[in-house]
Amino acid sequence: MNDKVLLMKGNEALAMAAIRYGADGYFGYPITPQSEVLEKLEEEMPWETTGMVVLQAESEVAAINMVYAGASCGKAVFTSTSSPGFSLMQEGMSYMCASEVPALVINVMRGGPGLGTIHPSQADYFQACKGGGHGDYHPIVLAPASVQEMADFVALGWDLAFKYRAVSLILADGLVGQMMEKVILPEQRPRRTEEEIRKQCPWAVMGRKDMRPKNIITSLELDDDKMEANNHRFQATYREIEKNEVRFELVDTDDCDYLIVAFGSMARIAMKTMEMAREEGIKVGLVRPITLWPFPVQPIAEIGKRVKGILVPELAAGQLIEDVKLAVECKVPVAHFDRLGGNVPSPDEILNALKKELINA
Amino acid sequence: MAKIRGAVTVNTERCKGCNLCVVACPCDVLALMQKEVNDRGYHFAYMANPDKCIGCQSCALVCPDACIEVYRVVEK
Amino acid sequence: MENNDIIKLENRVYKRPALLNEAHMHYCPGCSHGVVHKLVAEVIEELGLQERAIGVSPVGCAVFAYNYIDIDWLEAAHGRATAMATATKRLMPDKLVFTYQGDGDFAAIGTCESIHSCNRGESIAIIFINNAIYGMTGGQMAPTTLLGQKTATCPYGRCADLNGYPLSITPLLAQLDGTRYVTRQSVHTPANVRKTKAAIKKAFLNSMEGKGTSVVEVVSTCNTGWKLTPEKANKWMEENMFAKYPLGDLKDVDAKNE
Repeated sequence: MNDKVLLMKGNEALAMAAIRYGADGYFGYPITPQSEVLEKLEEEMPWETTGMVVLQAESEVAAINMVYAGASCGKAVFTSTSSPGFSLMQEGMSYMCASEVPALVINVMRGGPGLGTIHPSQADYFQACKGGGHGDYHPIVLAPASVQEMADFVALGWDLAFKYRAVSLILADGLVGQMMEKVILPEQRPRRTEEEIRKQCPWAVMGRKDMRPKNIITSLELDDDKMEANNHRFQATYREIEKNEVRFELVDTDDCDYLIVAFGSMARIAMKTMEMAREEGIKVGLVRPITLWPFPVQPIAEIGKRVKGILVPELAAGQLIEDVKLAVECKVPVAHFDRLGGNVPSPDEILNALKKELINA
Repeated sequence: MAKIRGAVTVNTERCKGCNLCVVACPCDVLALMQKEVNDRGYHFAYMANPDKCIGCQSCALVCPDACIEVYRVVEK
Repeated sequence: MENNDIIKLENRVYKRPALLNEAHMHYCPGCSHGVVHKLVAEVIEELGLQERAIGVSPVGCAVFAYNYIDIDWLEAAHGRATAMATATKRLMPDKLVFTYQGDGDFAAIGTCESIHSCNRGESIAIIFINNAIYGMTGGQMAPTTLLGQKTATCPYGRCADLNGYPLSITPLLAQLDGTRYVTRQSVHTPANVRKTKAAIKKAFLNSMEGKGTSVVEVVSTCNTGWKLTPEKANKWMEENMFAKYPLGDLKDVDAKNE
């Protein structure tokens, strides 16, 4: 049993967890605040141990298309980036979802729009959850709130990706990526052999061994009826994912009068807010969506029925709040609080917002 | 003296009548059908002068649709 | 001797490669793509790499190459073929990995990926079809369109002031340390077809031997886009294209060593 407690950054833990998952390849491009992923991988030299490929690409555009290829070959491949780079990757995200290949992508968000800032943000929520590229598609979006989750969601992300032939996206922010915390890394797993991949992914492009029928990975279909059928198949997969894979954490929601819905680093800050509120006699609970897509509609709707109001603190100017309002169908007051531009609020700022917007409103 | 004799077959349904084989043939063997077309409406190539064919493969090499196969014998 | 006596299996000296399947290719009559497809299929068969070949098809006229040659294929986003080939070859070094790209894909939207893949010396083969026009989208200006050449987006002829100069990318690639073999060929005569086939074979062998990047540019025609008959397109190519894009090897590291 591997229970050695280590101290490291979220980005580093993610890189180490990927090697230990038995990843086949990483393709990425440096961008703050996630460059430690590539740095750690290069430092660890996994090609010497597990045989994993690590390559610094010439751009995020190249990197995501390298991942597209690797995923099309049935390999466990991933990339990591931050917001401006993730914008460049939207082409590849769309193509990978259209081709139904299993890939893992990490966006350690920073403040935008534009070049913005290198400090934490959650303003890529829409881009991540609503399909930032063209066409109807969804990646599975996982939102880690700790260094341990940065490590754990690597395996979860890949397992879900291979289960559904989908793209998993770890949507972290600069705070979770950069902070150092204790973490227990997973056991080293062996990389799958070519034979194992051929068995697990019979669709994979690996050459026509034994002259099996050829495999083609493409997102192109000019026959409208066939393309419509493809779209229906994608949507059917998404409905399956919505049914099976919603993940969330509930904190003190049994007796709460007010609810906070927050993810990632904001959920952690909100935990302290809840503590402070309860010391003042205000019963606050928290729903922390772990999967941002599929969104935990049901628990928020249920708890929403018995609270006086919901506060949605975000490092974004009102993105998560839209899904919360939809979940409760606007039957309960839903208030927004944000800090933008790389700023992160203190717990009492959130408490003050709760009082101002919901209790004393 | 040994004489080289050749012949070609044209997959007339694949042929698009581009005429490149006709141009490539050094012996004026091939021509396009003037009054006949295939299912896709192309005037396909055929051996207009079969006796002249030497089986040199020039037509097959330049054929973009890979519809020509070449046969060759050495007559003793 | 009658024709029927000659047309016998034992006398066959040229046949369609088995990897090039029965599907009707969508290319226009006389299109160079068909010839190059045939050569790719022939070389893979002759090298016995049917079970290990992976092609990356582009966006452009050759997007459906995967329908015609019976090997495993990836279909890339526009310009990204060499990035995809890079990852494929690195993840599976024992495979033959090649891209098949047109001038727009390789030398306009994909220039960054093209140059960097070559510069890293990825052991991939690149087949680059240069016909100086965008065929699939209906005859617009390509990076390689010649000065004075008329296209849908330079209807009065390409003019350097307005449209910039034609890009001859292959000599640039020959200067990079990562390229092993860079050549420029054509397929408009039987002799040129034979040379192009030899070039593709060398490029594929280089990929299998992990020797670095090979680039086979095929100066080609687009008779529909050029609004000429296939025969006249060949002539136009000889008279106009070859001046800007002269044929021959630009770099062959192995030849120097021999």
